[in-house]
Amino acid sequence: MEEQYRFPHKHILGIEELSSQDITFILNAAASFQEISRRPIKKVPTLRGKTVIHLFFEPSTRTRLSFEIAAKRMSADSFNISASTSSATKGESLIDTARNLTSMNPDIIVIRHSSSGSPHLLAEHIGASVINAGDGTHEHPSQSLLDMLTVREHKGKIQGLKIAIIGDIIHSRVAHSNILGFTKMGARVFVSGPATLIPQGVEEMGATVCSTVEEAIDDADVVMALRIQKERQFDPLFPSLREYASFFGINKNRIKKAKPDAIIMHPGPINRGVEMTFDVADGEQSVILDQVTNGVAVRMALLYLIMGGEER
Amino acid sequence: MSPTETLLLQNGRVIDPANQIDGPGDILIENGRIKTTGDAYSLQCPENGKTVDLQGKWLVPGLIDMHVHLREPGEEYKETIASGTKAAAAGGFTAVACMPNTNPVNDCQAVTALILSKAREAGFARVYPVGAISKNSAGTELAEFGELKQSGAVAVSDDGRPVANSQLMRRALEYSGNHDLLVISHSEEMSLSKNGVMNEGALATRLGLRGIPRVAEEIMIYRDLSLAQYVRRPIHIAHISTRESVALIRRAKEQGCMVTAETAPHYFSLTEKAVGQYDTKAKMNPPLRTQDDREAIFEGLKDGTIDVIATDHAPHSPREKELEFDQAANGIIGLETAVPLTMNLVRDNILSPSGMIELLSLQPARIIGVEGGSLSIGSAADITVIDPDKQFIYTKERVVSKNTNSPFLDWEFTGKAVLTIVGGKITFSEIEGIG
Ligand SMILES: [Zn+2]
Repeated sequence: MEEQYRFPHKHILGIEELSSQDITFILNAAASFQEISRRPIKKVPTLRGKTVIHLFFEPSTRTRLSFEIAAKRMSADSFNISASTSSATKGESLIDTARNLTSMNPDIIVIRHSSSGSPHLLAEHIGASVINAGDGTHEHPSQSLLDMLTVREHKGKIQGLKIAIIGDIIHSRVAHSNILGFTKMGARVFVSGPATLIPQGVEEMGATVCSTVEEAIDDADVVMALRIQKERQFDPLFPSLREYASFFGINKNRIKKAKPDAIIMHPGPINRGVEMTFDVADGEQSVILDQVTNGVAVRMALLYLIMGGEER
Repeated sequence: MSPTETLLLQNGRVIDPANQIDGPGDILIENGRIKTTGDAYSLQCPENGKTVDLQGKWLVPGLIDMHVHLREPGEEYKETIASGTKAAAAGGFTAVACMPNTNPVNDCQAVTALILSKAREAGFARVYPVGAISKNSAGTELAEFGELKQSGAVAVSDDGRPVANSQLMRRALEYSGNHDLLVISHSEEMSLSKNGVMNEGALATRLGLRGIPRVAEEIMIYRDLSLAQYVRRPIHIAHISTRESVALIRRAKEQGCMVTAETAPHYFSLTEKAVGQYDTKAKMNPPLRTQDDREAIFEGLKDGTIDVIATDHAPHSPREKELEFDQAANGIIGLETAVPLTMNLVRDNILSPSGMIELLSLQPARIIGVEGGSLSIGSAADITVIDPDKQFIYTKERVVSKNTNSPFLDWEFTGKAVLTIVGGKITFSEIEGIG
């Protein structure tokens, strides 16, 4: 790490805004925070007196829990607001909500929202730092960072790897962040899935589109399957889950195409038997549980860094 | 309209494409009409009149915007007929045609009459109501075209939404012939555009925003051109935004289809990049497209494929606009920026001054069949004076419209309307000693 470097971001809105240097710095910080999670007393006073609000407009268990644990381990005061969509339907806009939150003097707001760009809107209208915990079909930067951390742990590097991302690319903010992130870190990203789930212009984000899953997986170091997000489908994008599983699902046979030591990832929650067979999800190559563990460390690093990285 | 003035407009650059005039001249206005015209400094002002010297300024027939949303009745917090026509006057427009997607929808005599009476009361511009194609613009039954025409509608449209049912569109085109009403098509194939919020492509993908493909517009234009050609009726295509839309209309014209078309200043001034970081002031329908589309719009304006520049003036309050991008309403205000934005095309040699006035005055008058569009002796004194060199910044404070949802806020412009006269009455003036 260069001596001069200071983490330059007030908000974490997306991987798009981060440089490879920023990403490396976050991953290094996260790696050092992993050590805290292995201590008997898993708590440091780093963010004592800081207030973190978790503002979730979409249901989420793992991401919210992961952020909450991260905030607690950093000794921050944290509050959860499950705004659901009820306040929105009552006519309170996101900006109103933001203004009301200002009275709590938060230092950090972690937001998840079904509209792309809502963290950007929030950041414009509030003094606090904003962390995007998933916005619409745009980005999910903390998930991507934990995926990169997991890959780096297992492969020792990211540069030069072949990453295959399979499935619902169009609705997946995880895919969008990972295409940007892994590409920035020097990996090659191949995507495949039903053509109806591949967004226009995804090549311009750095991905190579393959018409078959086999082609995408061929010689890959990392195979990541995405959740089929039935709730985001406005129209029938593929004929049936059965057909999906048989042509695009990750199974033992398809995995043979990848490198023998390839790792299997999934941002969860898995529709077992659809995106991935049970044996693959629970198999030796699967690192899905590491992803969850690394999530806390990455989120601790993000909280720490956007607060200026002081008092360690 | 209220009392008119006797006014000698002297030594302006008279640009009057209807009479193929472009040169220095005088115009004398008396009793709300153009009394005489002549060479520069050739006319005398009667004793009771005022004289204005317009050295360096353009003297043109009053501008006509054939596509605006005045929001009254029903959404007066966004705009009223008074505030919208005041904004029109400030932008150099002497007449506007207002779309029927008010609440209630303008699908009957009562609403048309209300609009006309409010417009007369306000007195800032002539207002030509556009009636609905279908009752309540619901897309099922034809509205009463005869009654609409009798009460003052100049055209019919379900603007804001397409006529999804092809049979209904065919019937509308046919039946409009009985009442000499123009059918205006908002061309959008909804099954392709549904839930979309910006132009489909790499940028929408990167922003995680659902795309509206250009084919959603083009397929519907193709359908409507086919129907119009088939039943041999005129059709006007509103707000075209893509290269292929221009090409479809060009080809239809070559084949003798009675089609006219408009684009809006934002489609030749901006691209999808204006969405930036989710700027809802760049959200409209059809969406901003790419530089390639923009260049095709230039060509269409140049070669006459596009007949009209209309603003699609669509005021919204912060309640509809200061929201998440996918939740925000479509549309921007446009009346006050149409002249300066079109002046940019004149300076870039895409349009001649006379071509600009055809697009903003002569053609819309002809297409909707209303008076105006020329400076002929005896015609109503609807006149706009444009200062091509006047520099200004379009700040939030200077917006006349009731709302400020414009992507052009804080833009620096050169060229604007400085005097607007409707039937001899001054409705807007930035000229000292006048108005
Ligand atoms: Zn429209």
